[in-house]
Amino acid sequence: MSERDCDHDPVCLLFCLRPKDFERGFLSILNYFINNPNLILKLTLEHIKITVIAVSISTLIGVAIGILITRYKRAATPVIGIAGIIYTIPSLALFGMLIPFIGIGIKPALIALILYSQLAMIRNTFIGIVHIDAAIREAGKGMGMSNWQFLRVVELPVALPVIMAGIRTAAVMNIGTATIAAYIGAGGLGWLIFRGIASVNTEQIIAGALPVTLLAIGVDYLFVLMERVLTPAGLRH
Amino acid sequence: MINIIIKFDKVSKIFPDGTKAVDDVSFEIQEGECVTFVGPSGCGKTTTVKLLNRLVEPTHGAIYLNRENTAKVDVIALRRGIGYVIQDVGLFPHMTVAQNISLVPRLIGWSTVDREKRTDELLNLVGLEPLAFRSRYPHQLSGGQRQRVGVARGLAADPPVILMDEPFGALDPITRAQLQDEFLRLRARLKKTILFVTHDMDEAIKVGDRIAVMRSGRIVQFDPPIKILREPADRFVKDLVGKESGLKLMKLAKVSDIMVPGVDQILEGSSVLETKRLMAEKRSDILLVVGDQGTFRGVIRFEQLNHKEEGTVEDLMDRDIPTVRDNGEIRPTLEMMLKGKRLWLPVVDEEKCLKGIVTMTQFASFFV
Repeated sequence: MSERDCDHDPVCLLFCLRPKDFERGFLSILNYFINNPNLILKLTLEHIKITVIAVSISTLIGVAIGILITRYKRAATPVIGIAGIIYTIPSLALFGMLIPFIGIGIKPALIALILYSQLAMIRNTFIGIVHIDAAIREAGKGMGMSNWQFLRVVELPVALPVIMAGIRTAAVMNIGTATIAAYIGAGGLGWLIFRGIASVNTEQIIAGALPVTLLAIGVDYLFVLMERVLTPAGLRH
Repeated sequence: MINIIIKFDKVSKIFPDGTKAVDDVSFEIQEGECVTFVGPSGCGKTTTVKLLNRLVEPTHGAIYLNRENTAKVDVIALRRGIGYVIQDVGLFPHMTVAQNISLVPRLIGWSTVDREKRTDELLNLVGLEPLAFRSRYPHQLSGGQRQRVGVARGLAADPPVILMDEPFGALDPITRAQLQDEFLRLRARLKKTILFVTHDMDEAIKVGDRIAVMRSGRIVQFDPPIKILREPADRFVKDLVGKESGLKLMKLAKVSDIMVPGVDQILEGSSVLETKRLMAEKRSDILLVVGDQGTFRGVIRFEQLNHKEEGTVEDLMDRDIPTVRDNGEIRPTLEMMLKGKRLWLPVVDEEKCLKGIVTMTQFASFFV
């Protein structure tokens, strides 16, 4: 590869396997971060905000629906089926579909993210509760626990590790999908990536992509820790 | 006074698929009684007891607990008043042993102090050291220990009635026998009304005051174990009891079941003349001598009175007679008679009062 081929592309320079070029590429990326700290920070915070709001709301909705379909089991297959169909819609298409109704900005982005999360949330809640041993169910009922007490005292705590795994899947996925939501004006780190692509500015693309990646890895790890802490001691074996 | 605590009045349960699980069953259970429900799988024994705590609702008929129709009682309150112990235990895996046991007391609002006290009391009762077991989790317990916790949990809120659905069915034979023995000990202490489901006739005989033998949703026979063994209602019950019913009876029966009550007796202060007259009247060569309070003193035979005119029975009688207790077991009694070459023995109660006699002929007719 000749030096001229990737004279202005820092990523290409990084892979030239020549220390001098590597340094050039690295410094040019670093320069972008040093020159635009406020912008990157602002967009990162925006990104986190979108994800946190989406995950919180989808947890409330998804767990509620998951519990409901354990009570009306006949609804389980269609409900999970619908959530599965929504999950397969490409994100750009879903954003596009929402624009005529809700316009652009953070609102359609949140709605799309919440819709995408439902499969993981509903399915994990349902499976976590349904798989509780029949003997436990019978003992709880036989000793005179109300439906609500059994849910609160037994079903949710026992299903918690499985539900947490669902939230984790949804959270990591939302960080990724929220990037694309910048396309419909939701802000976040995707904004840098789309701008970078449009202006063939590799430094800018990386300034968006790198924090998104780190965010996803960080959140995934955070949930691993949370699962460990939140799993009831009797179930850790 | 006999208090009927549970009453089933023409109860049937037909499941949606048309299975008649319980078919026109009526019975009454007294307070403090332990009734075992026995029969092959699918005979309706489990469904019958589940009708009481309304885990199954009857299709026809009515069930009364303390004279109240259970259908008209709040189902949650009803269940909290009935202890429930099942074969697969169903301990809550995310809770410690103590949390499992104290759950019902917690739901009905006992204070923490009362709950802790009760938990330790129950752990001791079922033979688990509170300090060692309180904070263990179910997965850290053996099968036998789990069922002990299950029993403790069933007893937690001190319910007057307890349902036990094959509680020892999943345990190995040694642990099962041990838990059965402890169950009997516990029962004697707690005086609860217990409905005990089992498919094992030997277990039913061992733990029940009365046995309800069930087949195809009907009660074929409802009798005390001794009667089931001696007079099985039909071929089905007889087969269920199995062979060696005589040996089983020997383990189960007490001396009082076999003895002849009300034997001819005479007061120790009686004169020789009086004694002779009584012997003539009763056409008996032998009389049992008792004290004022009916306590057994000895035996007087006709030949001991020969050529005697004066004195009392007390001076002449044979004092060196071994006795057996009325609640004594059969095997040692039999052993005693065989070794001492005695054809009969006097039976006495706690206060040494004469109750009757057991004879070899009685043994022979009872066990055959």
